[in-house]
Amino acid sequence: MENISKLFHEYIKREIIQLGIIFLSPILLYVFNGNGIAFILFLLSLFLLHQSNKLNTKIKAIIAIVDLIVIIPLVGFANSYYLDVITQIGIYAILAIGLNVVVGFTGLLNLGYVGFYAVGAYTYAIFATSQANNFISPAILKFPISGNWFWLFLIIGMVVSGFVGFLLGLPVLRLRGDYLAIVTLGFAEIIRIVLNNLDKPINFTNGPKGITPVQPPAFFGIVLNQTIHYYFIVLVLLGLTIIAANRLNNSRVGRAWTAIREDELAARTMGIPIVKMKLLAFSIGAAFAGMMGVLFAAKQSFIDPSSFGFMESIGILAMVIMGGMGNISGVIIGALAVVVLQLHILKEFSNFLRQLTVAGIINIPSQLDPAKYERLVFGLILVLMCIFRPQGFLPAKRTMEYIKKHVKKLKKTENKKDVFVE
Amino acid sequence: MEEMTGMIPQLLIDGLTLGFVYAIVALGYTMVYGILEFINFAHSEIFMVGAFAGTEVLLFMQSAGYLEKIPAPLALLIAIIIAMVFSGALGVFIERVAYKPVRSAPKLVAFISAIGVSFFLQDAVRLVEGLWKNAFYLSTPTLFTTSINITNTLKMPVKVIYIMIIAIIIMVSLNLFVNKHRLGKAMRAVAQDRDTASLMAINVNSIISLTFLIGAGLGGAAGTLFSVQYALIHPYVGFIIGMKAFTAAVFGGIGSIPGAMLGGILLGLLEVFGAGFLGILTNGVLGAEYKDVFAFAILIIILIFKPSGLLGKTVREKV
Amino acid sequence: MMKMKKISLIVLVALIMLSVVGCAGATKAADTGTNGEETNIIKVASVTPLSGSQAAVGESIKNGAQLALEERVAEFKELGFELQFAPQDDQADPKIGVAVAQKLIMDNDLLAVVGHWNSGVAIPSSEVYAKGNLVMVSPANTANDVTDRGLENVNRICARDDAQGPAGADYLYNELNAKTVFILQDKTTYGQGVADEFKKQFENIGGEVLGYEGITPGESDFSAVLEKIRVSKAEAVYFGGIYPEGSLVLKQLKEKEIEVKFIGPDGMDSGEVIKIAGEAAIGMFYTSLAADISGTPEGKVFVENYTKMFNKAPEAYSSYGYDAMNVTLNGIVAAIKEKGGEKPTREGIVAAVRATNGFKGLATNVTFNQIGDNTEANIYVLSFEEAKYPASVAKEISAKSYLK
Repeated sequence: MENISKLFHEYIKREIIQLGIIFLSPILLYVFNGNGIAFILFLLSLFLLHQSNKLNTKIKAIIAIVDLIVIIPLVGFANSYYLDVITQIGIYAILAIGLNVVVGFTGLLNLGYVGFYAVGAYTYAIFATSQANNFISPAILKFPISGNWFWLFLIIGMVVSGFVGFLLGLPVLRLRGDYLAIVTLGFAEIIRIVLNNLDKPINFTNGPKGITPVQPPAFFGIVLNQTIHYYFIVLVLLGLTIIAANRLNNSRVGRAWTAIREDELAARTMGIPIVKMKLLAFSIGAAFAGMMGVLFAAKQSFIDPSSFGFMESIGILAMVIMGGMGNISGVIIGALAVVVLQLHILKEFSNFLRQLTVAGIINIPSQLDPAKYERLVFGLILVLMCIFRPQGFLPAKRTMEYIKKHVKKLKKTENKKDVFVE
Repeated sequence: MEEMTGMIPQLLIDGLTLGFVYAIVALGYTMVYGILEFINFAHSEIFMVGAFAGTEVLLFMQSAGYLEKIPAPLALLIAIIIAMVFSGALGVFIERVAYKPVRSAPKLVAFISAIGVSFFLQDAVRLVEGLWKNAFYLSTPTLFTTSINITNTLKMPVKVIYIMIIAIIIMVSLNLFVNKHRLGKAMRAVAQDRDTASLMAINVNSIISLTFLIGAGLGGAAGTLFSVQYALIHPYVGFIIGMKAFTAAVFGGIGSIPGAMLGGILLGLLEVFGAGFLGILTNGVLGAEYKDVFAFAILIIILIFKPSGLLGKTVREKV
Repeated sequence: MMKMKKISLIVLVALIMLSVVGCAGATKAADTGTNGEETNIIKVASVTPLSGSQAAVGESIKNGAQLALEERVAEFKELGFELQFAPQDDQADPKIGVAVAQKLIMDNDLLAVVGHWNSGVAIPSSEVYAKGNLVMVSPANTANDVTDRGLENVNRICARDDAQGPAGADYLYNELNAKTVFILQDKTTYGQGVADEFKKQFENIGGEVLGYEGITPGESDFSAVLEKIRVSKAEAVYFGGIYPEGSLVLKQLKEKEIEVKFIGPDGMDSGEVIKIAGEAAIGMFYTSLAADISGTPEGKVFVENYTKMFNKAPEAYSSYGYDAMNVTLNGIVAAIKEKGGEKPTREGIVAAVRATNGFKGLATNVTFNQIGDNTEANIYVLSFEEAKYPASVAKEISAKSYLK
């Protein structure tokens, strides 16, 4: 037993197991499409690929491209459910990266992120249905607009949400910490209630009944409404988002954000324009949410205010914190973990227990039907995560805490070297 | 105009009742915040558990036939005390299991942990009630049916009077405790500076536990009062109340005990008057459905002009 | 620190095991379907909220459907098929509903869906079912848009908003002689949908709407809007919403001694009304598809079986779930016969369910029209004469007169 575990550790250390998973799991997933374990293993392999030290960047990139552009779509043709889960992961990953700009980079607690998401979604949905004719005469412009406009609306959604973020930020960013949290929370509630009630006196949002059918995106007249289309749209947007967030983080602005997060007072004395930088972070985060709102509206083809509740904000925040505040890769992994947990693992697990009940192996009374306790398990996992890995899956590197720890480690290795020399 | 003035006295009573419930729940948020600088998101679920505990006690007394024999105020008192003990213990337990291990981590981690506890408690209560009663919507037995006629049209139900009296007793005794009692002083010391307090031979851990005990106990009391007033509880009842009470705590200045009371009562009044008058004032454009927008908008405006809340002290940054 | 790490490792391993075991189990079940071999398993899903604040009603629908299905397992065995029930949780969230739908259409053995509870979840999810040719029979979605989109696979056995609301309006104006009304609604798809249709009709036939206010679902204090009802001096209140808030409104109206008539839609059809509102429920009216089912012999058997199986009494929506499942299973049987005893295709079932004609159900009879609305739905006006559920029927109206 001891030997096996030693061997296991050794293999882990030399990345043999990791590499095995990285190379085998795509093949497994392709062969056994529709297999839950292969799917989880495949997702794990993407994470291991990112973490691997043995592979150089070029090989990593090639594997990633093959995985994302060949394997996933192939699997998707056979089983669109997994494609949908991955698309959802992508959507939430972008949202989480956007929120990460505010919470992770700049250290502003935003509990109302979903408000901006809603603004983006309604911006597109109102014009991509006949809804807009309620306040713009059909004689001037006939709605819905065609799906070709979707691409422009991605940008319009960003601009509108970013602007709303700017307007909200202007008065409230002077507030500190938890006051900001409650104001953003209140703001998101205001947006939701207003959307829920703006069906009179003029019908803008159709109130609680929601807006449907929202035009799917189109590319020069070709309608893109299959899961595979959304997958590729999300993939491109995710790529752009990662590049944008990375460049922001490593720019002057990003360093200013870090400074504000670590010590606002010190940052101010260094001459960083606090309010301006905070406003920028707030608007950029909001803009990402707005963009995804447009996509969400198009993908669902139906939106109503109930999709934009407080719990949605909390879910995205949980992704950011579980993944590792301030670390872009970490946040993506957080999104992956939460979505897979909610949509896949918990559901599969309760299906499994039900199978056992049907087969008569175990007997679960109907009050204890496992499908009912998915949130309970989710809550438990959140608590355990916080207790055992409070810094998240992948902690951010440019924080005071990390650097302090790192310095200690460096010193230790130095000492060891000294021993070796002797 | 006439219809507006006619409604004012009744709305005042309704708003105060709601406000007192908010105020007691807000106390729980504000006490924990004052000492740990952390939003105890699970407090709304402690409130809910308290409501269930109180209701179960009343239901037990009803089924055992005690409810008719003993005077209603006494029954209410028993239910409140048991609910307080129960949810107080739960609060301490949660603090030990879910918050203490993450105390040194960033504040947000504790917040997520609290959210996890909150999800867990909601469905755990559902599970327990589902197994036990096979239903998880409980209706609380009616304790007080009569009401006092103040004027011809204005009525004040007796239960509202009891709720207000109990709420006031709770708030006054809490204030006395925090300001006069040795332990209360220790609490304030820990809130001000944890490290220095520990140097002054204050056991910081037990003071934090005490804070959770009192805060959660108040949540339990509020839960029972709530269930007596509105008679319907379910595992998800805490969410809206919790959010409102938290708003109230910030409104009054989070960390400040009188602030939470003032904030709660003001928020209750704002909401009720907002629901009553928005439609009339805006000529039907904005109806009662905008009352929360109205309350939040006022909160935001107040925070812009007085960022530390109504009674909060402006904290000078430590350099 | 070391100890923490060890514990965390154990927890992590446990979680991974849990997921692996879970997936393995589900995969085993799915394998038989997705490998393309013909199996003799027929699965029917119910999709309702089983967790979250709307779980109570979601569960009662699921239970009704489950009872119907289990009663017919033997019948399917004779036909050579193993009938299985697959209850799903949509958490009353459109996003989760769509994900569940995506999953369901991938399971080749899954041939039909009974659901949902929220129209806001049903509309986007049914678009996905349509892609997979999966039939959906709704027990409870009343929003007009559910069937008005003209999807071939979407049917409902309950009445539309624009039948139930107007029926309530006519009854209130003509039979209860109330010429003025104050409308309260809970700002949900259902509540506002039915309240708007009520308002339209009530104004059309000459009544006067003195106020129209929204409340927040989940709240408990409605005193302010009730004061507005008092000063408006309306003769009646129409409540668009479901019973938890509706019963509290009733109770608080009584406590405030505001004397008005009260009428609501079928969201008020629940035994909980009596539990919450008590005496205050006496004299209130509501419209519903289902009359007192315990009056009929079939209904008595249903109540008995239901109580035996789930250890609690059925709710109004349990019988809707029961009927919806039976309509679905009848469609499947018809499709089996169409194919000469072989396993039917989803397309065949979609056609067979839509062709449902003259189904005699527990709560309602069912005949679908070309867009999947039930033309045989009767609307009952019911009233509590004493504080006891079920209520007694005050009037029976055919919904046909309201269907366009």
